[in-house]
Amino acid sequence: MNAIGKPSTTTTTTTSTTTSTTPAAGARPAPRRARRWPLQGAAIALGLVPLAKIVLDGFAGRLGANPIEMVQDRLGFWTLTFLALSLVPTPARDLLGVTWPVRVRRTVGLLAFAYASLHLVWYVGIDQVGDVGLLVKDVTKRKFMTVGFVAWLALVPLAVTSTNGWVRRLGYVRWKRLHRLVYGAALLGVVHFVWRVKADLRRPSWFAVAVGVLLALRLWPRRARGAPPRERAAS
Amino acid sequence: MSRWRPDLRDGDATPEALWLRRREFLALGAAGAGALLLARGAAAAEPTGPALPVARRVEKAGGEKPTDWDGVTGYNNFYELGTEKSDPAAHAGSLRTRPWTVRIEGEVKRPQTVAIDDLLRWFPLEERIYRMRCVEAWSMVIPWVGFPLGDLVRRVEPTSKARYVAFQTLLDPDQLPGQRRRVLDWPYVEGLRIDEATHPLALLAVGVYGRALPGQNGAPLRLVVPWKYGFKGAKSIVNISFQEAQPRTTWNLSAPGEYGFYANVNPDVDHPRWSQARERRLGEFLRRKTLPFNGYGDEVASLYAGMDLAKNF
Repeated sequence: MNAIGKPSTTTTTTTSTTTSTTPAAGARPAPRRARRWPLQGAAIALGLVPLAKIVLDGFAGRLGANPIEMVQDRLGFWTLTFLALSLVPTPARDLLGVTWPVRVRRTVGLLAFAYASLHLVWYVGIDQVGDVGLLVKDVTKRKFMTVGFVAWLALVPLAVTSTNGWVRRLGYVRWKRLHRLVYGAALLGVVHFVWRVKADLRRPSWFAVAVGVLLALRLWPRRARGAPPRERAAS
Repeated sequence: MSRWRPDLRDGDATPEALWLRRREFLALGAAGAGALLLARGAAAAEPTGPALPVARRVEKAGGEKPTDWDGVTGYNNFYELGTEKSDPAAHAGSLRTRPWTVRIEGEVKRPQTVAIDDLLRWFPLEERIYRMRCVEAWSMVIPWVGFPLGDLVRRVEPTSKARYVAFQTLLDPDQLPGQRRRVLDWPYVEGLRIDEATHPLALLAVGVYGRALPGQNGAPLRLVVPWKYGFKGAKSIVNISFQEAQPRTTWNLSAPGEYGFYANVNPDVDHPRWSQARERRLGEFLRRKTLPFNGYGDEVASLYAGMDLAKNF
């Protein structure tokens, strides 16, 4: 479920394990930092491609007859994509022993939050032209809006506590527990999409299956060597 | 926490004069984004397709400029050709509109099967510029070409039992590949009360922008009921049936709580999942207020006198 337990490197101390799973924000000298950066850079660059595409398509007039809706939908699509992707590293490590995805998990999660925030800001700022009153009405009255907004709200504390400093402050066990909120956010995000479409459930179904499988895999027994007791990370 | 040191000085704060104008900057930003979004990458395409003879023109959109050809023919809901807005234009090539026949049956004195080219000669064609309001809260202005549905109804002479008219779309998954998946209960069926069908605004369209209807717009024959949500406008019609019972219409069957049989445009009755109070006219940045009966209330409201429109939505 988390970043600890990387085979062959987890014999070091708890703090350095934590650091090793995150970009260098914590500024603690870690021997493997240099190797991590290209991976981080690639993740960030790839993660920004959809956004760049939206901007380019906007300038080129390729967003169709209803560009405001198109941007809204694309931002939502990529939010769900990155949310689903952020659920991949843990089972990849625990079940397959593949550890590199864990090193970009935080970046992927923050990308999901960034796209979710843009999705929300786009709706309030562009689609409804800053009518926050309408947002309040929508969120309270329409269940598909409610779940979407709650999903975004659930991501806020995760983004805020994504730094190494917050991992230390909360203690790893509590931090990890908090970050399980992402399961709820992903599920609510899928429900938001399902309730958004009129009749064609194909695309929401892809996400439902992906998120469902990725969450279900967490119940699978872990590979022995990648399964240190959770408590070890505490203190 | 303890490591935090204040490092901002007064000079780092936004000057008050600018701060006071913050709303202007926000508005400017929104306007800039709007201008960007509405900018066209290339010059709007000219209408294409066979030209139709138009006997007269009726402007019923308050003088508003029609949505451009690209929008009218590139942003469509026609689930038989795919559920994304751009799908119908991309897949319309598989729809063959000749030969094409329309079966007219049920409670009529003159039931018949008529070839589309014969049907086109029954009545003089006219251009009707109408607003089109989709149930999804966007709208267009469309210069249809067609003839009043009422003319056809009178020609085939409904019996006294004919209280409703049902329209059915072609059922052929080879031509309409969207029908291979059961997104809706095919074939698509829509219907009107007979007094709605004979209202002078109800139109059977065969063209748009003076040209034969493109496949994505429901060629060769489609219904246009400008005071109702767009989904009432059945496309690629092969069957017009007069009946005593209210037709079981497709979207109403799919989600009865969301799509009523009447589906009159009504800003006061929200779709359960979104407001119908405002709409985005394609090509405009700000949403505008939705008008009761899509602005045709003076002409059609009397059809619904005494009816609870919140119940009969």
